[in-house]
Amino acid sequence: MTFSRRLLIFGGLVLAVWGMGYGIWYAVFIEHQTLDGLGSALATGFMRAAENRMAESQAALTDAGSRSFVYVRQVDAHGHWIGLGLLLLILGIAFDQVGFGERTRTYLAMALFAGSIIFPLGVLLETWNRGAGPQAVAIIGSALVILGLLGTALGFARSNS
Amino acid sequence: MSPHEGAIGSGASVAQTAERFEPRSARRIFVIGGIGLILCGMILGDIFAAFILHPNANRIGANLLAATRAVASHDPQAAGAAFQNIGGLLENRGTKVDAHSHMIGFGYIALLIALLQPYVAFSESAKRFLAKLFVFGAILLPVGVFLIHYVGMAGSPFGAIGWASVFGDFGGFLVWVVCLCELAGLAKYFGARPAVRASDKLLSDRGWAARALLSGGTMLVLIGFLHGSYYAGAHLFRYEARDSELLSAMTARAAAGDSAAALQAVADYGQLQGAKALNVAAHAHVIEFGVLAILLAFFQPYVFLSEKWRRIWVIVLLLGSLALPVFVLLELQWGMLAGGLADVGGFLVIVALFAMLVGIWRYAEKLDSSADVA
Repeated sequence: MTFSRRLLIFGGLVLAVWGMGYGIWYAVFIEHQTLDGLGSALATGFMRAAENRMAESQAALTDAGSRSFVYVRQVDAHGHWIGLGLLLLILGIAFDQVGFGERTRTYLAMALFAGSIIFPLGVLLETWNRGAGPQAVAIIGSALVILGLLGTALGFARSNS
Repeated sequence: MSPHEGAIGSGASVAQTAERFEPRSARRIFVIGGIGLILCGMILGDIFAAFILHPNANRIGANLLAATRAVASHDPQAAGAAFQNIGGLLENRGTKVDAHSHMIGFGYIALLIALLQPYVAFSESAKRFLAKLFVFGAILLPVGVFLIHYVGMAGSPFGAIGWASVFGDFGGFLVWVVCLCELAGLAKYFGARPAVRASDKLLSDRGWAARALLSGGTMLVLIGFLHGSYYAGAHLFRYEARDSELLSAMTARAAAGDSAAALQAVADYGQLQGAKALNVAAHAHVIEFGVLAILLAFFQPYVFLSEKWRRIWVIVLLLGSLALPVFVLLELQWGMLAGGLADVGGFLVIVALFAMLVGIWRYAEKLDSSADVA
């Protein structure tokens, strides 16, 4: 088995198992509490507004926005790690049909693998730091995945022709 | 070549493919279980979209309106009650989406593990046990998640987690354990370095159907990724900021007695949620269908249909896979017409998938009857 295939198959499986483990940990210890807190913050925002306590209302709504921001990214990171892991695994199985030399295939596999780790990690880092750094990490990761996919699609097309 | 040989032959010989698809083998359990899970997940998704999603969204909008009116009339109890209703409706929606997406996701993993079976260095009985455990966990999680809304916290000793959720999480844990075991089996196989490596003709099928699914699937995944990147870069942060602005506007305008502005904020909020949901749905579905197409490419040697029908179902699957996300996105401009066309796209995918499952079932029956004769 070539290095590129091995990297994609093992890397994909490890990434999928990691994503699932993260999802189970998140579902058991954080998700339910987060959703309860989100709902409670929204309700508090409206109830305080009904009592004309606008400062408290706005604080509660800001809190809800913040919780929602974190929740969306936690779920995104979990889903993308698993999804990308499976994609790597599937592409790895068919990677011998990519019509390039092994060196190019290895570069493509490395771009796909690195991007699949970095992209969700950048998304997750946004929950701790809302600056440009984590966004840049996510953008670099997604660019690597897109480049890898483009190359793979081209390789499949070359193989077909 | 006889019609039956033509039906099988797009690369793999009957003997070689049959070797990996014996009755009650782990691979057969994973393949049939996986496609079954994907089909059930898709049908659940279609039923959910048609009968629950839109009425549920309307009820959420009505309750948000009621909460805003409660703020205007300075009635905090009514506002709290409206949000309690919204919480229930969101839970109903969220658990249905989770059941739908996990069922399909587990189906994909099952197909993947089926492909890897020749490289998992365990005995066939151990592999069969893992396959059954996987299918059990993959059914338990979505069923548990589906029931969360109905079972609630009844009889649960835990603070925030009900029994349905506990069983659902346990199902996910079983799937996770099976994946870990399969990974260990793979590592054992490659660590042993046997003199003769297992070969699998499923992985080298280069027939028309397999090639079309492989190329088409990769393109669909790429389209989905490009759309996701565009959405994240151009809309995600803006939508999140707008979300907070509109919630603030609803409460502040209603409390100040400006009902028109508050109601407008509620309407805008509904539009914004719709735009977010449609973009995420289009992104997720085009990638999921791309992955499905690539996976199905590998199993074409098991689809016991004539070459003509195999091609027809491949084209139907790819057309439906593109139509659904495109029309989901167009719902923002075209409304229910696009929604209906998106449902047709989803239906095409289900029909093509069902046809391929029938082909695989026919192939399995043919193998079983051959084995009986022998």
